[in-house]
Amino acid sequence: MQIRFWGTRGSLPAPLTTDAIRVKLAAALTAAQNVRLETPAAIDDFIAQLPFSVSGTFGGDSSCVEIIDNEDNHVICDLGSGARRYGAEMLRRHGPEQPQTYHVFMSHLHWDHIMGFPFFTPAFIPGNRILIHGCHPNLEAAFRRQHGAPSFPVDFNQLPASIEFVQLQPGVSADIAGYRITPLLQRHAGDSSGYRFEKTGKCVVYSTDSEHRTENTRETEAFAAFFRNADLVIFDAMYSLADAVSVKEDWGHSSNIIGVELCQLAGAKRLCLFHHEPVFGDIQLEDILRQTRRLEEITRDGAPLEIISAWDGLVVDL
Amino acid sequence: MEVGVERRGNARVIAVKGRIDHLNASAFHEQLTPHLQHCRSNGDGIVLDLSALDYISSAGLRIFMMAAKQARAQGGRIAVAQMQALVQEIFEISHFHLVYEIFTTTDEAVAALNRQPETAGT
Ligand SMILES: [Zn+2]
Ligand SMILES: [Zn+2]
Repeated sequence: MQIRFWGTRGSLPAPLTTDAIRVKLAAALTAAQNVRLETPAAIDDFIAQLPFSVSGTFGGDSSCVEIIDNEDNHVICDLGSGARRYGAEMLRRHGPEQPQTYHVFMSHLHWDHIMGFPFFTPAFIPGNRILIHGCHPNLEAAFRRQHGAPSFPVDFNQLPASIEFVQLQPGVSADIAGYRITPLLQRHAGDSSGYRFEKTGKCVVYSTDSEHRTENTRETEAFAAFFRNADLVIFDAMYSLADAVSVKEDWGHSSNIIGVELCQLAGAKRLCLFHHEPVFGDIQLEDILRQTRRLEEITRDGAPLEIISAWDGLVVDL
Repeated sequence: MEVGVERRGNARVIAVKGRIDHLNASAFHEQLTPHLQHCRSNGDGIVLDLSALDYISSAGLRIFMMAAKQARAQGGRIAVAQMQALVQEIFEISHFHLVYEIFTTTDEAVAALNRQPETAGT
């Protein structure tokens, strides 16, 4: 199984700015002083050893995560703005002549999780089949409203692809595209769903837009069971814990600290920080990753938990 | 987790021993609550002596946040003192060092809380 991140930003897309690129360039050029960069290979090596906040960016598209198997099933979580590039890549790969089936799993229906759908090109190609799964009863209404005038020029009814909405129940597993998929109800304004995907002995959990009250023992045990032994947990780590339990209480998001705790309780192998706060720049996000790794190290009790931070374009092999 | 209380002047020194995690955070909250009521302007300050606190999870920190909020709303002062290195790092990573006044020793915290609050200039 492989996971590809197409959109990792929370709440709103956050494109890189010219100012931010200049800061990166200045840092790279400063680091390049007295370094011999006479061949393309030397340049590549030099770039490879720069901090990620200098050589790359966590990216700016909102939530969209692809789950890849070796049977060419198309499974994605959420249709944030990252779905635009995902759709373009699918079109490039398969062309318009070969109909494809897409299985989408919706965490919930906030803008940042549906806004990519009007620009998801497979929906504009006849013969394609798009199954949108979710636990929210108003799943279809939310997608139709987004496509309606005066907000978008193409009405939902005009989309040539076959689009179906599939209702799932929290806590009830379903077998879809060869995966055993279990949704879980999460604390978020209007509710959200996490999804546990299992196939051929591998497991990934997609758990975004979820606030946790870890002092609620039953709830904590339920999430530990949901994350149990997962190879990867994609986790809403938008805020610092202090913010999440004070000024941003009830805003529906979690922190890196709680991600580490729940994954440790669950015996998960890897934690991926996700749904990045749009006001955070790359240096800040890199700092959060470093601190989270340190937290894991000092609180480790048993096997190590690997910590990564999602960026648009990241591919993780499970 | 064990909690011990000692009065020193106008400060209540609450020593917390062991671990606070999701399993005992509520119990910790219950033990703290009676003291929080007295943490007000012209009342007692609270010093949380963390020298014997080995670990604190998010559930415990949430109680710390509630305590700080309540004390502040009542015009009282609450501080932490003598944190072990591990707990201090957890405070920093969770940004709780921005929430609490932190003292190296309990004596310093008690002295600070027993001093009259400085009146604002200008
Ligand atoms: Zn979101
Ligand atoms: Zn949301």
